[in-house]
Formats: sequence, structure tokens, C-alpha cells
Amino acid sequence: MNFYNEMIDANGGVRAHYQAYDEWLKATPPERIARKRAEADLAFHRVGITFAVYGEEAGKERLIPFDIIPRIIPSAEWKSMQAGLRQRVKALNMFLADIYHGQEILKAGKIPAEQVLNNAQYRSVMKGVDLPGGIYAHIAGIDIVRAGAGEFYVLEDNLRVPSGVSYMLQDRKMMMRLFPELFAKHKVAPVQHYPDLLLEKLRAVSPKGVSDPTVVVLTPGAYNSAYFEHTFLAQQMGVELVEGRDLFVKDEVVYMRTTQGPQRVDVIYRRIDDDFMDPLVFREDSSLGVPGILRAYQAGNVTLANAIGTGVADDKSIYPYVPDMIRFYLGEEPKLNNVPTHVCRKPDDLKYVLDHLPELVVKEVHGAGGYGMLVGPAAGKEEIERFRQLLIAKPDGYIAQPTLALSNCPTFVDEGIAPRHLDLRPFVLSSGECVSMVPGGLTRVALTKGSLVVNSSQGGGTKDTWILED
Amino acid sequence: MLSRTADHLFWMSRYIERAENLARLLDVTWQMSLVPQSLEAANQNWNAIIALNSLEEEFATRYSAVNAENVLRFMVSDTGNHMSIHSCLRLARENAHAVRGTVTSEMWETMNATWLEAREKSFEQIFNAGVGEFFEWVKMRSSLSRGTTLGTLLQDEAFHFIRLGTLLERADNTARILDVKYHVLRPHGDEGATDFYQWSALLRSVSAFEVYRKAYRDVITPERVAELLILRMDMPRSLHFCMNGVVKNLDLIANRQSGETQRHAGLLHAQLHYARVEDILEQGLHEWLTDFMDRIYMLGDGISKDFLLPVAEAA
Repeated sequence: MNFYNEMIDANGGVRAHYQAYDEWLKATPPERIARKRAEADLAFHRVGITFAVYGEEAGKERLIPFDIIPRIIPSAEWKSMQAGLRQRVKALNMFLADIYHGQEILKAGKIPAEQVLNNAQYRSVMKGVDLPGGIYAHIAGIDIVRAGAGEFYVLEDNLRVPSGVSYMLQDRKMMMRLFPELFAKHKVAPVQHYPDLLLEKLRAVSPKGVSDPTVVVLTPGAYNSAYFEHTFLAQQMGVELVEGRDLFVKDEVVYMRTTQGPQRVDVIYRRIDDDFMDPLVFREDSSLGVPGILRAYQAGNVTLANAIGTGVADDKSIYPYVPDMIRFYLGEEPKLNNVPTHVCRKPDDLKYVLDHLPELVVKEVHGAGGYGMLVGPAAGKEEIERFRQLLIAKPDGYIAQPTLALSNCPTFVDEGIAPRHLDLRPFVLSSGECVSMVPGGLTRVALTKGSLVVNSSQGGGTKDTWILED
Repeated sequence: MLSRTADHLFWMSRYIERAENLARLLDVTWQMSLVPQSLEAANQNWNAIIALNSLEEEFATRYSAVNAENVLRFMVSDTGNHMSIHSCLRLARENAHAVRGTVTSEMWETMNATWLEAREKSFEQIFNAGVGEFFEWVKMRSSLSRGTTLGTLLQDEAFHFIRLGTLLERADNTARILDVKYHVLRPHGDEGATDFYQWSALLRSVSAFEVYRKAYRDVITPERVAELLILRMDMPRSLHFCMNGVVKNLDLIANRQSGETQRHAGLLHAQLHYARVEDILEQGLHEWLTDFMDRIYMLGDGISKDFLLPVAEAA
């Protein structure tokens, strides 16, 4: 397969936007690079920018490998991607507002109603609940890949509790610290104002009548894999980082327990899944959430970001319909491509998928984090057979997509510099009419040769992402 | 501030301070053991450390005999002993981790680096290098944590809870060190010659040797040692100094329900402020210190109830 290389064109020349970097790399002694890479590792360890890997020894923390070769995107490409992201996230929010209110899109027959209403992620408790600004996914992480001859595709939408933005910010900080001279040579669009932007959005969606809202970040606790990010964002925004046990509900109002007594909470940036938010309504065994918080939410006394019930819109079974949503709500053609997707619940699609398993990527519709996934071309016979049985047993649990020739980018690995596949997760923030984002996002890179799985839980690393200003 | 955050800050500083004082106590015991003495007497000193922390049972299930190496291993590196220096540094770091967004990044990095380094040190390395080097390291890391706190943290509620934890722990620990060493050095009260080396080791363990010289310009006597460590208001490890800070910081964080705790702290402080060392010694130092430690424990309990546990939900 031929892969699009982010740095080198088909004729072996360096792409225009990588010229200056390439010259710098060639002129910099390898010892200096090696020293800087060691310095970066040490700094990440000392600062404790780590994440916990589920299934490994409890409490064990690992570093996410950081690569010093940036992923550079020229301004024009970013501008069109940004327009596509705005359009897509706007439509997704309109879709969510619609399915919890009039359900026009279902009535119009654009999406089979049972696909939405019978989805485990559809929260009927949200029916008829009006949210400030009509926004559900305040923070969206849209995973984008480049494939084929260089065109971008949306691989998936993350509308529940997308993570990774702290790595985007730390990667930039690290690059600026290690190689300040590079930033003199390139006009790299800044990203460090993300926490300000986030706080502004969170304040903008506070409950009616609250002029100076108390915003908090709700974390499952220190053993969560993204705990570093939770503390980082709370600190950067200057708001309290709370756990479920720090909050309580009285008369449909949420309070936090402080050393000076109860204090009212207005906006909660929650990093806990729906299922664990309120043991009175969702999972009874959850000790992470806050009993009664859903009632307070339904009464409009507190804002949750993201809203309850966004999972139905980023479910892989709904993904194929996003282009139709954009046409339906905005009357526009989608600016970003969807990956052609086979929905295995349709008998014709299932037959095609079963006949072409070695070429396809099969994904569990509710899966995330690169778990429960088959990459056909990389899989052995046994694994393919295992998935064949899974598909036959539960076809509506899976979708399949052609294996994309993901673009790659030169990356430092054990044997030197070699191309590795990558993706991009921009973080899109919404409040009311306004959709905004900082330029770029988090670039994740699969460090294993040939691997297409970039998730940090599967051994992926990250790169600083540069949007070059004109 | 969140009650839970205050709780983590309070314990973070207590554990760091406890690790430091443990290092001090073990260091002085180690140094005293180098002075010629019978094996029995030496082991008695080591046994006193176990007894002081009420760890006799735990120790007995893990070690067959009380001797320098076993006690040091138990109190320095034993991960199964929740009171070992190793455990204290781990707990300090865990508490800091839970509030890393509240403390400054320099404070967090200091605690984290301390733990990462501590984790790499095996007991054999520590022991073979001469334990003194390790104890110095613990003291330096604790000083660094305190210094970073003073040098970088906004002096708001978070700061007051940290100071409160540090001073309360130090008051308890100084009392313990004094109790165990005084008892060993003067088993029968007043009589007997005083041993310059033993007393100076005790003073050094709480960084008070030079202070003593400066304050008294005279030979070392047990009465003055007790006075210095209990009553001197300007001696940073004395009980009086610690209680001064406890009262001050409690006033700064006071809430609706903390009145009784403040009263207890004030009372204890006043007793130190107006006490005479003669009266304390007459009452019996051991008895007096035992009572003091009980009251420090009660204060910690009161602080927990007033601030750190979820405050009553009635809005």
C-alpha cells in the first residue's frame, strides 16, 4: 500500500511546509537531539504527566511517549478542516437537541428511529429537558485521519468525555522549551489559550439567572487514566477539582462541601460517564457520582458539560448518518468526508463484510479506545475467524470500514527516524451559536511499525501539532 | 476550599514532616549506638523506637530479633510498615497527587521527585552507604518541600492547612523524641552524671545543638535541654513554637463549628507559654509529655471533625 507521507512528497522531495524544519533537522547534531529527547522524558516523568493503563497493576502510571518531530499542517488545509469541524459539530448538537425534543429527523425518515431510540446511549430522562444555548456536546474531540492521496476523513466523533487536550498543551510547552529556535523560524499558531477558551464556554452555559457561576471539574479520582488532565485543566482554569463525594444535592441544588460549609455549584465540567453520574437513576453501584444530581439538572439548576445522553450521537452505529444530519439541519453539503461504512445490521452489508474480512477494519459499535477492534490486514487467521463468529452472532453490534491507508510522518523510533501512522484530534468547543477551537489538536502516532492503532492505551505516542500561519 | 482538598493538604504535610522526624530520631539513635556500650543497652535503644510508635506487634511478626539492622530496615524501607520513612514518603506523594492542581507545580514536582528517588533506594544501598547519608537526604527533601511551599504558594487557606499539618506533626514528633531519649538517658530521674555525647546527639537530632550553645552559653544539662525543646518560643522545633503556629493558623481558617478546637489549642498554648521547666520536671517529664501527646492527638481529631470531614449538609 502507498501511504501519504506528511513530510515527503511522492517524488522524494520535502513538502514546502516542512522545508524549514527539515533544514534544521539536518543541521542539528544527532547528539543534541538525543540529549533533548532524554531531557523531555525526564521532564515528563518529574512533572508526572502520566496515565494509568487499565488492566495493568493498579495505580501504575506510564508516560505517553512524546515525539520531537512535529506534525505540521499548512494554514490553508487547517482553514478548510476548521470550517468542516464547525459544520459537523453544529449539526451533531442540533441532532442531539432534536432527538430529545421534536425528533424531526426521525419523522423525516433520515435515520431509522429504532437505531436512535433503542440505542443504549439514548437517555430518555433527557426528553424535553431544555439546556442553556441548546448545547449538548460542549467539548467535542473529532478524530481525523488523512488517507489515500491526502484527503482528510473523520474517523469518529467523541462527544462524551473526550480526553487528550492536556497532552496537546504539554507537547507544545515541551517543544518550546527544548527547541525555542524552531519557533523563531516558524509562525506556529499558539494553542496555550485553550483553558481560557474552555472556561469562557463553560461560563457561557451557566443556568438561567446566574451571573457569576461557580464552575468545577468533576473527576472520578486519582486512579483514573486521565487524572493528570483533570487536575491540569482545573488548575489552568482556576476552578475546583471535585470528586462525587465532594458534592451533594439539596432541594434540587448542587453544593460542594468546603471547609467553610456548603457552596453552590453552577456548572460542572464532568469527566465521568453518564452511567456513573447519578446512582439514583443510572448505575446504582456507582460511588463516583452524586445522588440526585439528575433531578437538579432536569430542574435547570446546574449545567453539565457535556450533557447527559450525548453518547447516542457518537455511537459508531449512528456515525454513518452524520452527513445526512448536516444536510438535514444545515442544508449544506458536508465539508469533511466520512469513511464509507458498512452497517452490519443490514443483511447485504453483513454479507459483504463477511466475504471481505481480511481487507476491512471491524469495530464494535459501542467500543472505544481501540479495544474490541479487528484490523483485517494485520490480523491472523484465528482472529479473523473469531470476529466472523462474533459478527454472525451479533451483527448489529458491529460496523466495518475499508482499511484506510493512513498517512504517516517521520518519527523517532529505536532504529532511527522512520515513518509512523498518525491521526489528529481537534477539540471543538460550543456554546450557543458560537463554535470555536484552538488551531490544531492532539496528534497521536502509532509507534509500532505498520500499526494503525494510535490510542495511548495501545502504545501510541503524541506529537506537537503545528498550524503554520501565513 | 473543598474539605477533601484540605484533608489531603493537611496529611501531605504531616507525612513529610513525619518522615523527616523519623529520620532525625533514627539518626540520633544510630549515632548514640556508636558510642561504646553494652549490646543489651544498644538494643534497648532500638527497642524504644518500636515501642514509641506502638509497633511492637507488627515488628514481631516480621522480624525475629530487635537489633540495629532490623529496626532500621523496618523503619526505613519496609513497605509493609505503614510508619516507615518509605511509607510516609509514598503517602505524602499520594496526598499531593490528589491535590496537584491546588499546590504549585514546583511543590508537586518536589514531592513527586522525592518519591521517585526514594523508590529507587534499596535498604541494602542505604545501609551500606552508612544510613546517615540517607537521613540527611530525607531531611533535605523535607526542607525542600517546606521551602518550595513558602517560596511559591499563595498564602491562602491551602497554605494554612499545610502549616497546621506540619506544626501539629512536629509538636507530636519532638515530644516523642524527647520522651524516648530522656527516658533512656535518665532512667531514674535526676541522679547520675550526664553524658555529654548522648545529650549532644539528642540536640543535634532536632537541629538544636548550636541553638543550645547560643541560648545558654553553658554546659549541657538535661533541664535546659527539656526547657529548650519544650518552652523556647523562638526554637522552631520546640513544642511552644509549634503550638504558637497551630493557634495562629487555626484562627485563620476558623469556621462556624471550630470554636471548641480553637479553645483547646489556645489552652495548650497558654500552658506552654506560662510554664516553668522545674514544674514540668517535678510532675515527671514522661507523664507530662504523655499528656501533651494525648492532647495533640485530640487536636488533630478536632481539626478533622471541624474542617476535613464533610461539613454538615444543612445549608
